[in-house]
Amino acid sequence: MARAFYPLEQFAGAPAGFHLLPFRFIRMNGKELLVNEAGEFLFAPPGTVQGLVDERLDTSTDLYRDLKAKHFVYDDSSSPLLDILATKVRTKFDHICGGTKLHIFVVTLRCEHSCDYCQVSRQTATRGEFDMSTSTADRAVAMMMDSPAREVTLEIQGGEPLLAFDVIQYIIPRAKRLAKEKGKNLDIVVCSNLACVTDDILMYFRDEGVKVSTSLDGPAFLHNKNRPRPGHNSYEKAIEGIERCRAILGMESVAALMTTTATSLDYATEIVDEYVRRDFHSIFLRPISPYGFAIKTRHRTGYEMGRFLEFYKKGLAHILDINRSGYRIAEVYTQILLTKMLTPHGTRYVDMQSPAGEAWNVLVYNYDGDVYASDESRMLAEMNDWTFRLGNVHRDTRRTLFTGDSALRMFHASCNQALAGCSDCAFQSYCAADPIYHHSTQGDMYGNRPTSGFCSRNMEVIKHLFSIIEENDRETMRIFWSWITGECVIEEVVECA
Amino acid sequence: MRLTTTGVAHNFEKSIVGVIAKEALPPDQRTRAIRFVGPNDAASDADLMGYRAILCHDELHRDPGMPYIHRLRESDHLRDGDIVVLEGRTGLVRSLYRPYELHHHLFVTERCNSNCLMCSQPPKDRDDVEALTERNLELIDLIAPHPPYLTITGGEPTLLGDNLFRLITQLKFSMPETELHMLTNGRTFAWPKYARRFADLDHPKISLGIPLYSDFAGAHDYVVQARGAFDQTVAGLHQAARNGIRVEVRVVLHKLTIPRLTKLVEYIYRNLTFVEHIALMGLEYTGYTPRNIAELWIDPYDYQDELEGAVEYLAVRNMTVSIYNHQLCVLRPSLWRFARKSISDWKTLYLPECETCSALPACGGLFQWAVKKHSDHIHAISSPQPCVVDQKCWST
Repeated sequence: MARAFYPLEQFAGAPAGFHLLPFRFIRMNGKELLVNEAGEFLFAPPGTVQGLVDERLDTSTDLYRDLKAKHFVYDDSSSPLLDILATKVRTKFDHICGGTKLHIFVVTLRCEHSCDYCQVSRQTATRGEFDMSTSTADRAVAMMMDSPAREVTLEIQGGEPLLAFDVIQYIIPRAKRLAKEKGKNLDIVVCSNLACVTDDILMYFRDEGVKVSTSLDGPAFLHNKNRPRPGHNSYEKAIEGIERCRAILGMESVAALMTTTATSLDYATEIVDEYVRRDFHSIFLRPISPYGFAIKTRHRTGYEMGRFLEFYKKGLAHILDINRSGYRIAEVYTQILLTKMLTPHGTRYVDMQSPAGEAWNVLVYNYDGDVYASDESRMLAEMNDWTFRLGNVHRDTRRTLFTGDSALRMFHASCNQALAGCSDCAFQSYCAADPIYHHSTQGDMYGNRPTSGFCSRNMEVIKHLFSIIEENDRETMRIFWSWITGECVIEEVVECA
Repeated sequence: MRLTTTGVAHNFEKSIVGVIAKEALPPDQRTRAIRFVGPNDAASDADLMGYRAILCHDELHRDPGMPYIHRLRESDHLRDGDIVVLEGRTGLVRSLYRPYELHHHLFVTERCNSNCLMCSQPPKDRDDVEALTERNLELIDLIAPHPPYLTITGGEPTLLGDNLFRLITQLKFSMPETELHMLTNGRTFAWPKYARRFADLDHPKISLGIPLYSDFAGAHDYVVQARGAFDQTVAGLHQAARNGIRVEVRVVLHKLTIPRLTKLVEYIYRNLTFVEHIALMGLEYTGYTPRNIAELWIDPYDYQDELEGAVEYLAVRNMTVSIYNHQLCVLRPSLWRFARKSISDWKTLYLPECETCSALPACGGLFQWAVKKHSDHIHAISSPQPCVVDQKCWST
């Protein structure tokens, strides 16, 4: 005999009441944006949050069902599925598992450039004095390989590291041997201005599978203004170096980074166009770091965060236009934030994490063996501020680095979940804690959010991105997703005979 | 194509499973075979010795002293190599497996703990587990050559209890290279011990196809007519994934599932990111569907916005999505590259207007039962036909 069917009310009746799950909200664009513990968001009509708090939201509406399906509320008509929510939260924080992945080696402080915004260069230094010694390199490589991470990246920088190519040649085989012994996958990147690069060096990089990261601040007039060197030919050297890298290492093996100086602010489109002209497919519109010499030379390089945000928005709009015309180029900061906002995952980008990525996900080994929580920490030390020096490779172990006073003081201020002004911020799960930035700019690792450039930058960028997301333009969203997934957008219909 | 026929059975009570042999086999190859005697097949007594049973289209004039069914109503559909089961009490001859088909199924039970409004295979409340398990174990033993894919279906396979583990173990043993796909409502997998035990079978190539009809628990529960089913299914999906069992989510599109379809795929992406495939499936006009058609029917032509939105949502996120059981002429051309020819050969039908259609070779057609109910917008596509090409892929 066939079974009976039961009416809808037996399964999907409106519950009498509901319970709240953790969420935060912000009013923007005439709506309320609610964000749950796993970073899922919902644009809701004004008054929604009040209705939730007062428990008088109509439980028979689609809005209520949306809130329930997205883990903002639960009720007695079905399981809250807290295990699922827990899994989502865990997935978001997956990047903090596994130990320090990025290991930056400062093999020399020497550089032949004299950039205003540079923190640490030593043009006058003689060879040896500011280079990493072999015994320091040995200890640093051993400490790096003590990290429990299975995937580790060795990032070699300076100064200009190619001035200490012998140190590089000493470190790479040792790192490879130890990585193999410990069953780790090792990536190697060298950050160089490429002014002194030779084919012999590049062939060594090719043979060792080394990738190159270089600086390109924009078109020639801007790049050369930002990056003075004898001969005023930094740009020409960089372009020539990039092309030689591509010829010897392959197209994908060289990336470029830019720094935004006060002069750069007027040239957003020109900078982007330069990257396109040079056939790059990503660009990072990066504000200048308030560290090191950049603070000393603030009158020449510094600017208000408001001006940077204008620059960013103009640059992003131009980048989107270029993508619409068929050339793929991603803005890296946008890509990082979109990944946090639109996907179930976090990112490995160490400067935008909570708990902060410093030490947990990045360690810096200075030429003299001192170990810092980040590259910015090392720059502070060059200004005689040793707050974030965690120890020294000759005296410490991974354990003492992480349990020393420096580390513990920093860790206390490393979770935006527990920072005033962040703990109730709607954007908490997309944003980060940055104790080093706040120490540097405000003299306090915890920081004051209303006057924080870090906060105003991220609030504004995230709001800007949410406004674009809310418009939900199909083509723009496809471009955004192509940045997130790294996949090209396909599928177009044509009439064919 | 026909699946069953009946005749008059003699000399046996229990069902017999065997492979159809239309030609005489050497005596040493007869033990697994059922000899089919055709109209002009003058077989002597000795020719019939050693087979599992005899089938005869016409009257078999002498009793061969072994199980046989004669005076079949139909026999044209029986081919050499088909695996059939003969029922001694009813004279039923049911085709279980036909090597030449593309889609192969192992039907394991008619029982189910859900009662979906649009079920194409309405459940029956009788205990068929032991009998079907024995039949299927024999069937597995006889299948040759081993198919690349085999779907385990019901009913709800997990209601078999230990018998399901017996079947899968047997499949793993006899055809480890065959990819198994099990259609289940996933509810049983909510029990962590069950999911772990299933994973411990360690079948190298098994995946689950689990339906989810809404992101809103009440709406899903109504469609499957079982309170708490949503909670169990979602928990089951998670337990499966946690134990390394691969899963696919299946959504049947109808008037009750279309309104929240975009929200459902968002739910799948955020909560079930691990699913390896999402199938968006057209309604089948069979089983329970005709009874509930007023509540279920929406012309696929009228949900193209929602379907396109859902597919786009998943595709840009790198989630693998397919559209099943839809005709190309009703689908927006942007969706063609997601459409699969999903209907089993024997169930496929094309309408008279399809004959002149230039897209016919690429189209999966209709379910045979759709002759009674299908989109009002089915039409022949004339040349030049729209075709889907990849846009210039962005260089990276």
